[in-house]
Amino acid sequence: MTGFMNLLGIWLSALFTLSIFSFLYKDNPFYKFAEQVFVGLSAAYWLVNIIYSIMIPNLFSKLITDFSGNLILLIPAALGLMMLMRLHPATQWISRYPIAIMIGTTAGISMLRYMKSDILNQVTATMINPFAAETTGAVVGNLLLIIGTLCGVYFFYFSKKQEGIYAAPSKLGIWFLMISFGATFGYTVMARISLLIGRLEFLLGDWLHLI
Amino acid sequence: MKISAGLERRLIYSILFIAVALPLLIPIGWKTDISGYTQIAYDLVEHAPEGTIALISFDYDPSTMTEMQPMAEAQIEHAFKRNQRVIATALWPMGVQMAEEAFGKVLLDYPDKKYGVDYVNLGYKVGGMVTIQAMGRNLREVYPTDQGGTPYEDIPMLNEVRRLKDIGWISSLSSGTPGLKEWVMVARDAYGVPVTGGCTAISAPGFFPYVNEQRQLYGLLGGLKAASEYESLLGRIGSATTKMDAQSVAHMLILVFIAIGNVKVYVTRRRKAQ
Repeated sequence: MTGFMNLLGIWLSALFTLSIFSFLYKDNPFYKFAEQVFVGLSAAYWLVNIIYSIMIPNLFSKLITDFSGNLILLIPAALGLMMLMRLHPATQWISRYPIAIMIGTTAGISMLRYMKSDILNQVTATMINPFAAETTGAVVGNLLLIIGTLCGVYFFYFSKKQEGIYAAPSKLGIWFLMISFGATFGYTVMARISLLIGRLEFLLGDWLHLI
Repeated sequence: MKISAGLERRLIYSILFIAVALPLLIPIGWKTDISGYTQIAYDLVEHAPEGTIALISFDYDPSTMTEMQPMAEAQIEHAFKRNQRVIATALWPMGVQMAEEAFGKVLLDYPDKKYGVDYVNLGYKVGGMVTIQAMGRNLREVYPTDQGGTPYEDIPMLNEVRRLKDIGWISSLSSGTPGLKEWVMVARDAYGVPVTGGCTAISAPGFFPYVNEQRQLYGLLGGLKAASEYESLLGRIGSATTKMDAQSVAHMLILVFIAIGNVKVYVTRRRKAQ
């Protein structure tokens, strides 16, 4: 029975993969069917996942096993219920309170972390002696890092009209930005091709047993 | 002969499809150079002492497993090779299954490694950054049991681990949020634990700035190429290495397409100008 179910799973996967690929030719009923099934399955999966991986272990089981010791959990439970009030137009306003708490908490936590990791540490990492590196290549790299960062940031400085001598770093900044966009595009191509490789490996290997 | 835009598009897809499929059927065996980013990530594991307890967070799902799974297998194998112990966690729900699959594959070559002694799967936790912060204070509170329901205190290798600072190195294999960035922000920048990681190629440029003088990240495995580089450093031909032939052929083909497209635009503009 397990063998049959595995085989069925592989054939279904192959069918859905080919159905999705068929969109490259043109929109068709096979693609639409596969798309709808994917959306439905994803929604169902997340619902079940939220109940079994989040609600039950983090809330229900704790309240059932030790109610008095976990009284504090009634606060997030109440906030969760208030969030569900959004489903009814007359009680929609109640959901604003849990949303406000969520946004406030997230902003507070993120502000501290982003300030340290994305501003302070990043700025510190740019404040280096470029000539302290051991190899010429590393020195050039350090210089490019410093010049690129300064010019890139200067490009987004809009308080003074960028003309004449003030436009030079900005233009250099554009070059750095363009090169980084090019690199990002290259990596994007690599990621997309990897997805295709993954599916082809499945089709040629697991399904057709050619590799 | 004039080819319509619709036909041209389908022709490109067909050629790309064949170009990717052929190297999978008939491997070429091209070698890839090791990048500095992969070398740093490798060195972190290589130079950690024997017996170190490492944490690998599986922050991805099957949609990106082509890129991420070879990294996971390579890092687990490297840790086992160096007699280090591995804790698996997941900030993504399906990361748990990814971890089980990766361990299952590596254990074929390391049958003597025991669950609970050499490795453990603590499972998925919701919360992202907040969860990591809580792990920094007390790991047992976040994970009272492992994935199978065994209490934390009954797992031998976890007796030495109370909080994140007791971990030798952390690797987040991440294909989105929450993932590597959250680990850098909290585990590295707040608790000072060395963090390395891997990500899909598409998000690699966004993480490179963290590999800096401040050592916010100890190297980075960006996409399938980095996974194949890691396999090379381990001295084996793994699943990423075999896929890199297809990747390289596809990249060359895309370069040719871009060149043809540019020539075509140039010729069209010249004709219009005349």
